[in-house]
Amino acid sequence: MKRFYVMLGVLTLALVAMLVYLLQSNPSAPRAANQAPATVVDDGFRGYTLGSDSAPVEVTEYGDFECPACASFAMVQMPTIKEQLIATGKLRWRYRDYPLPMHPYARLAAHAAQCAGEQGKFWEMHDQLFMNHSWAQTGKNPSALFRDFARAAVIDPDRYDACMESGRYAARIEFSRHEGEQRLVDGTPTFYVNGVKYTGRSTSDAFKAAIESAATARRR
Amino acid sequence: MRHRQAIALLALVGFFIALYLWLHQIGVGGELKCGTGGCETVQASPWAEQLGIPVAFYGVVGYAAILAVALVALQPAWLGRRGPTLLLAALTSVGVLFSAWLTYLELFVIHAICRWCVTSAVLMATIWIVALHALRTTPHAPPSRTPAPRIDP
Repeated sequence: MKRFYVMLGVLTLALVAMLVYLLQSNPSAPRAANQAPATVVDDGFRGYTLGSDSAPVEVTEYGDFECPACASFAMVQMPTIKEQLIATGKLRWRYRDYPLPMHPYARLAAHAAQCAGEQGKFWEMHDQLFMNHSWAQTGKNPSALFRDFARAAVIDPDRYDACMESGRYAARIEFSRHEGEQRLVDGTPTFYVNGVKYTGRSTSDAFKAAIESAATARRR
Repeated sequence: MRHRQAIALLALVGFFIALYLWLHQIGVGGELKCGTGGCETVQASPWAEQLGIPVAFYGVVGYAAILAVALVALQPAWLGRRGPTLLLAALTSVGVLFSAWLTYLELFVIHAICRWCVTSAVLMATIWIVALHALRTTPHAPPSRTPAPRIDP
């Protein structure tokens, strides 16, 4: 019996030591990826697109991955838009980053999507970030969670980590935000249909009507 | 006695795993050390809280209860009794059902596996098997040897 209590004591000490070790690491979000760079650089990039290059209508979305309205739009309306407008060749969709200043991890999320885009998986990461949007409500550093999303989007984790650490797309994201400001983006998501600010409702039906009307106007 | 000792040691390990996950959920420490698993995905899912309480906290309480019962059951006054064995079997049955449900959620709803949660589920299943084995091998209380008082006519 005495041997058991000695064993119990030793095990408790070992477990306490392990717990302290596990709790000690406190990494912060990769700084370079999560902050606005000092200078804005145009690298010629104008956003990832979905749909045919020959589609008669293009919608540009200025979005913020931390914004609940953007997540709701991506999850509820976008599947129908993809199926009925993008897949049928009527519409091309362009995504531009517009991280809002009140969202602490919006730039980090935008950067994670860009790092996925570097490996040809921007839209997969875009969907992961919006589908699992609870990260935006916790207020906790979502870096590790984004790494899980990257794995789910079948991205090489080492390349992804290196990309996030380097913050190589921070300037691109800032350029996109500046561009949005110049185009008078006043919230997220904001849409432009063939370059004209869209003021209708953010529903798939309203988009269908707007896209058909834009296509008709273009034919004339 | 061996059964109860084994249950106490396993419950102690489970308690610390649950404690680590709970402390992470309430914001103590940094990211979860998880290797290639999806711990953060699981922890950030809506299932990580039940009735407003972090799921890991149920684990902390559950393992603490099992550990406490096992330690009390090892005291000389309780050693020969079947009651603590029954209680351990009942507690671990609840624990194993809860763990099975959480594992189902990870596999089929959240689609991410948290290594710590799987380790906890395996621990709970092992404790449950030991508890059931103890139940089978612990004899029922022996009949009282005190003779009935004689009543003389």
